[in-house]
Amino acid sequence: MNNKINIKAAGKTFGDGEGGIVALQDVNLGIASNEFVTFVGASGCGKSTLLRCIGGLESLSSGSIEIDGAAIDGPGVDRAMVFQHYSLYPWLTVTENIKFSRLLRAGREDITSADVEAASGRADALINLMGLNHVRDAYPNQLSGGMQQRVAIARALLPRPQILLMDEPFGALDAQTREVMHDLILHVSKLEKTTIVFVTHDVEEAIYLGQRVVVMAPRPGRIDSICPVDLPEKRDQDMKLSPGFLQQKKAILTRIRETAGMRTDYELLERMTRQAEQQNDMQ
Amino acid sequence: MSSRHKIFAGWNSLWVIRGHLSRQTYLMFALAGMLLPLGAWWGVSVSGWMDKVFMPGPVDVLARTYTWFMDDDLMSDIWISTYRVVAGFTLSAVLAIPLGLMIGTYRPVQAMLEPLTDFIRYMPAVAFIPLVMLWVGIDESSKIAIIFIGTFFQMVLMVAEDVRRVPITQIEAAQTMGANRSEIVSLVIVPSAKPALLDTLRVTMGWAWTYLVVAELVAANSGLGYSILRAQRFMQTDKIFAGIILIGLIGLAIDQLFRWLHRKNFPWMYKK
Ligand SMILES: Nc1ncnc2c1ncn2[C@@H]1O[C@H](COP(=O)(O)OP(=O)(O)O)[C@@H](O)[C@H]1O
Ligand SMILES: [Mg+2]
Repeated sequence: MNNKINIKAAGKTFGDGEGGIVALQDVNLGIASNEFVTFVGASGCGKSTLLRCIGGLESLSSGSIEIDGAAIDGPGVDRAMVFQHYSLYPWLTVTENIKFSRLLRAGREDITSADVEAASGRADALINLMGLNHVRDAYPNQLSGGMQQRVAIARALLPRPQILLMDEPFGALDAQTREVMHDLILHVSKLEKTTIVFVTHDVEEAIYLGQRVVVMAPRPGRIDSICPVDLPEKRDQDMKLSPGFLQQKKAILTRIRETAGMRTDYELLERMTRQAEQQNDMQ
Repeated sequence: MSSRHKIFAGWNSLWVIRGHLSRQTYLMFALAGMLLPLGAWWGVSVSGWMDKVFMPGPVDVLARTYTWFMDDDLMSDIWISTYRVVAGFTLSAVLAIPLGLMIGTYRPVQAMLEPLTDFIRYMPAVAFIPLVMLWVGIDESSKIAIIFIGTFFQMVLMVAEDVRRVPITQIEAAQTMGANRSEIVSLVIVPSAKPALLDTLRVTMGWAWTYLVVAELVAANSGLGYSILRAQRFMQTDKIFAGIILIGLIGLAIDQLFRWLHRKNFPWMYKK
């Protein structure tokens, strides 16, 4: 198959022997070019680990990850990453942050002034695309969380990566800002033709953004199921209330609950309620 | 609302936990904090409670500072002491910053040097003085060596800690953008740790002054610390007071200089 990313029998164990944690076990997945895949699952099921392995920040214990058929070995400029927070450089302005990758020597020995020119044009384009024009000379700590994530995304996109890896990038934002960011990132995905791998713990976000939602399960971290999303390509916030959407959301939530092994102990809650009532009666 | 009630509410609002003071109120409290001890000192000295020989008043100390300046070459004492501090401190910083950077960045360096540094740090610097005097004699270099011993090992560990505090996501973001090792150090770790490093320098500068006095008390024939010691021999308590206060004032001035440098170099930390 002609996949952009091929994850083959990927395994990752932290530590060894008895105390070793199997963060990933036999993960197999193909991701097509320009696909938007989202990963959900209970916390600790290995979502971040898998994303970091694709990014080359972590190496697999077994199996392999291939980009265009070539096994990866460490980070590369073809794969950009957006973290949840604290990844911007507070001593650089918004524009300087976005252009940061231009400071790096890697892969630009034969750089020409035309390239630099083009990079500046690209930075301007991204600043406009991300709605950052009015804050281009501000420092990150002068910006709201949502604006900071816009900068982080623009910075990641500057070198035209083929793949964008995002680890709960909107996890710290309020609900309204998130909705704006969702439509923005969908727009970016279409415009830039990047393949996006997006990790989240928010099922609604996963369905709204993803063409496929990959549900992962913990202990050992593995893929539980893959759910193709049946929504029109042009997303719209109202779809979140459509019966199809809600049905899929319920199905995925149920799956996560079942695999997480955490269940509400209704019996205990009932007992506690009864005790509290008794105490009230005695007074 | 009665005016008494209002005053009471205003008084109460000062004591909100982690509360806020207007600039004016803040300055008032700061001034009171400075003036009250000064007033108490003056009160004790004029009350005749304590013999003037042991407890000179603020006026005596000022007068002594003036004669020290006019007849006893105060400026050269200040100059030589400051020179020793700056020399010992600079030597310390020049070696401690790269070493701390290495310890905080590369695990093998940390494993090799950190336990050793930790151990030496607990050896009392003052106890090295006899050894230093045997090895380097009692010229300028011995004073500088003592200040160096007193500050260097602490500084290395603090620099290493500053470097380790650089958020890992800042480093990983650079890695995913294709930065190599030296680029990560020079473009991320160093600029990210710089503000903390300057604070570390500011704090260790204070310790350098402490070790200066120690060095001058035992192995010098000039400088503020030495003058304090000699004043004791001649029962010039007012000069002891003057020396101590002068060292405090110089220390305060240098501290303020570091804070100014911090604001000047890292404007992004002060914008909100
Ligand atoms: N650097 C690490 N060292 C040891 N264990 C780790 C490390 N990173 C992750 N783990 C463990 O691997 C499992 C998967 O973690 P992670 O990928 O962060 O999960 P998720 O992102 O889905 O919440 C967890 O049990 C976690 O404790
Ligand atoms: Mg995670």
